[in-house]
Amino acid sequence: MTRKAKEYDDIPGTFVFDADRSRQGYWLNQFCISLSKEEGRQAFRDDPEKAMSKFKMTEEQKQAIRDRDWNRLLELGGNIYYTSKLGAFDGIVFQDLAAMMSGMSRDDYRKMMVDGGRSPEGNRYKSEWEKK
Amino acid sequence: MAKITAGIACSHVPAIGVAMDQHITEQPYWQPVFEGFEYSREWNKKNKPDVVFLVYNDHCTAFDASVIPTFALGCAAEFTPADEGWGPRPVPVVKNHQEFASHIAQSLVLDEFDITIMNEMDVDHGLTVPLSVMFGDKTPEDDWGTLVIPLAVNVVQYPAPTANRCYALGQAIRRAVDSWDEDLNVHIYGTGGMSHQLQAQRAGLINATWDQQFMDILVNEPEKARKISHVEFLRETGSEGIEMVMWLVMRGALDEKVTEVHRHYHVPASNTAVGHLILENHA
Repeated sequence: MTRKAKEYDDIPGTFVFDADRSRQGYWLNQFCISLSKEEGRQAFRDDPEKAMSKFKMTEEQKQAIRDRDWNRLLELGGNIYYTSKLGAFDGIVFQDLAAMMSGMSRDDYRKMMVDGGRSPEGNRYKSEWEKK
Repeated sequence: MAKITAGIACSHVPAIGVAMDQHITEQPYWQPVFEGFEYSREWNKKNKPDVVFLVYNDHCTAFDASVIPTFALGCAAEFTPADEGWGPRPVPVVKNHQEFASHIAQSLVLDEFDITIMNEMDVDHGLTVPLSVMFGDKTPEDDWGTLVIPLAVNVVQYPAPTANRCYALGQAIRRAVDSWDEDLNVHIYGTGGMSHQLQAQRAGLINATWDQQFMDILVNEPEKARKISHVEFLRETGSEGIEMVMWLVMRGALDEKVTEVHRHYHVPASNTAVGHLILENHA
């Protein structure tokens, strides 16, 4: 069955974590949350492949974990509150993770936030991004 | 009789808790955030609650992807601050008014809000940060100085409950509180928000104009606020801005007319716009 069009599909640069994404990303998210406990972190440090194999993830999802491809993880059904546990495992603070996902340097992103954040102007619709 | 005398809205940005736990609130980055809480802490001492009914969301701490209750009411005797991957926050255990919580659970279900009852639950920054904002620095050996009834709302998996449903739940909570025959000063907290997006290419979105308008209508025209659609929250305030539906639960539990005694708004705390309101209820 193909995914139905959603009324929020036209918001740019955003993965809305709905039931379709939740279904797709279930084991990916459960793997990530295992890293919020020391036992899970130790297992992943000791043998990443073995730790990942305990969760029924697709090869694509495992590759995105190996690559630490943060947006790809979201595209494959990951949710940020889960994938951020993988970030924390790597010692990456939330704001720096946000910088990586938005394709900005850490300093540029920090400066943008201190200056009031990313403006909604030009960032509400995909069509506005396509014009850029 | 138990009475809801105030409603408090407050962002629950984890970094606010970290700043307090690491004692860096005087740093130039954090000073303007905490300056806006000084009034709140004084106000809170003068208007000390017996019970705080605290509406928040769990961040995959008590609930991972395997169980996603839309509304979960904490009925346990106490709730332990959780390890969210960096060790638990050094703050007191949260104690419940268990009989009152059970009464509210029963009242809500008979009022046709079919909530989930939690007899064991750890609580994360979503709950402890707003308590830290209002009650100040505490160590694990201290007492929070209030009993707390937690209500966890799903805002992680779309769709969160609608603004309208949250408002109606607030009204049902009010009826439950009003029917409890014990003299208690009750405050209700709506936490989370304001505009923020933590994920993907649009991360960092902040909409200060929208946030301020939302606070205006939430206070003065709640019937308008309860009609805000999910798509508007997502588009205008970022994917995580939808947490603001939880402010509607708080507002629904108050009178139509309230007195705004305090407002604080600051950008940024980490990735998020910090918003905070104290509303006095006169019933």
